[in-house]
Amino acid sequence: MTDAPQGTTALPIQIRDLTKRYGSVHALNSVDLDVHSGEFLTLLGPSGSGKTTLLMAIAGFSRPDSGSIRFGEDEVILTPPHKREVGMVFQSYALFPHMNVADNIGFPLKLRGISGAERAARVEEALETVQLSGFGARNIDQLSGGQRQRVALARAFVFGPRILLMDEPLSALDKKLRERMQIELKHLHRKLGVTTVYVTHDQREALTMSDRVAVINDGELIQLDTPEVIYNSPANAFVADFIGESTMLPLTRDDAGALLFRGQVVGDAGTDQGRDWTLVMRPERLFFADAGAETDDQTIVLTGVLREAVFQGESEMALVAIDDDTEVAVRFGTSGRASASGSNAGDQVSIGLDRNDVIIIPDGQAV
Amino acid sequence: MNWWSRPAADTQITHGNRLWLYVLSAIIMLLLVAPTLIVVPMSFSDSQYLEFPPSTWSLRWYEEYLGSAKWMRATATSFQVGFLTMLVATPLGVMAAYALFVSRHRATRAIFLLLITPMIVPVILIAIGTFYAYGRVGMNNTIAGLVLAHSALALPIAIIVVTAGLSSYDLSQEQVARSLGATRTKAFFLITLPQIRFSVITAALLSFLTSFDEVIIAIFVSGGANATLTKHMFAALRDYIDPTIAAISTIMVILSSALLLLTQFLGSKGKRN
Repeated sequence: MTDAPQGTTALPIQIRDLTKRYGSVHALNSVDLDVHSGEFLTLLGPSGSGKTTLLMAIAGFSRPDSGSIRFGEDEVILTPPHKREVGMVFQSYALFPHMNVADNIGFPLKLRGISGAERAARVEEALETVQLSGFGARNIDQLSGGQRQRVALARAFVFGPRILLMDEPLSALDKKLRERMQIELKHLHRKLGVTTVYVTHDQREALTMSDRVAVINDGELIQLDTPEVIYNSPANAFVADFIGESTMLPLTRDDAGALLFRGQVVGDAGTDQGRDWTLVMRPERLFFADAGAETDDQTIVLTGVLREAVFQGESEMALVAIDDDTEVAVRFGTSGRASASGSNAGDQVSIGLDRNDVIIIPDGQAV
Repeated sequence: MNWWSRPAADTQITHGNRLWLYVLSAIIMLLLVAPTLIVVPMSFSDSQYLEFPPSTWSLRWYEEYLGSAKWMRATATSFQVGFLTMLVATPLGVMAAYALFVSRHRATRAIFLLLITPMIVPVILIAIGTFYAYGRVGMNNTIAGLVLAHSALALPIAIIVVTAGLSSYDLSQEQVARSLGATRTKAFFLITLPQIRFSVITAALLSFLTSFDEVIIAIFVSGGANATLTKHMFAALRDYIDPTIAAISTIMVILSSALLLLTQFLGSKGKRN
């Protein structure tokens, strides 16, 4: 256990019926979740959704009221944190300010009785992995935010943990550095191959980094899937709204089960009779169609009045009123060819949506 | 620009405008310190009586103090009780402050107030109560009794100092240490304690001083062979006035000031870290 080599000890996590209450509030409500061996899984949700509680339960800092957590074959629900062999990175980095960089990273090795040359060698190897070679003797207050992040990371994996947990580790960094660290973390994960559970409230970060994303809200697991599926086929209105931008419009259903939007067939409810359905339109999947274009097998066309076009740098956002109280957001690139220019506020415009880009979600529970 | 018309702060107010404030502050500080300092020249007097200013000078009262078995014994008692009080109050204070800091229990506020009551209740009440309580269990005039009573007085100070030291401490460091393989106890001693060490040392020094300077409880519950220096001084002032007291006072002022300066120094060092 003590000298397990890096990257060979990835373990799956199996969570069953995990429940945690604070008073009458369910922080976690009967959560089932399987994290595959070696995968990068992100817990994504708004603040107060229970994602951090779930992470803390995996780490052993929060004792659930009931349920099961297994690392591989081992039930760990009663195992204290220091025996779980889990590396953890906190939002605040939580580096030990009274130790230098090498002592911080060497701390878990020291606790495992690894001393002298071997400890120094493994610390140096970890420093190299996070591209901080030669920083061992530095004090913590001599490091930049990004460097601190890397030290916290090195400290979390240097002892070859079976599982790596990260609680919003990049949220304190500025946007540019954060985006670079996202890629670096992804590379590091690939290199170490360790099962990683990552918590964030930043949907873009979740989509960028994860093998799979678990969307959590009100203590419940709402949807668990790859970033593509989560984005392209949200399970419900919450996921559609929380991830990406969207305009949501109600659909009607005819007697044959076809779903209609303003008389145009956009989908099929099948035999499911008892629900309301909603059309989700992603602004970047919409485009301006030629005047006079009509709905066909390929494209759904809506007409409306251009209310406003806002230049946002890499893209432009247009708000189109398709009736008095319904606005649809359309996002398009600013490459010159694909612009709304030519249209002014108040002009009549046509917007198109490829039928492949139609997202239809059921509202609420089936009756 | 001379000192007079230079701005005193990030404002347009100059040192000249502020002169009245400087003078007032100096007067207040003088009034606070003067009664203490007046004993210093008196201790170097050659007179039989307390005299200010002294007409002739000598070191005889220092010799008197250092040569007296009675005074030396009382001094040893005071150091012993002070040291033991420090050993009792500091760990208890650290444990209480840590528990209150970590706990999310709703009663922490009430427990904190309960623990600092010895600071709020008039010492004379504690002294009388302790005296009668000790009378029942035969702890009057014992070192242990005095140490316990002084620890009750020192505990609130230790708790407040350590709580202040913990206030800026990030507890997730301890969680990290535990996830890295440290037991909770190890995490506290290896990670938390080194970072609040200046507060702990300050708490220890102030605990010592609380006991060393204390007179009211000592008058009630210490006596005989275990009477403290302060108790002897009080008795000496009542029975016969003699400049030995001034000499002892001077030594105590120097010792206390040195310890206080040390805590200030440690405090600023702790803040820098």
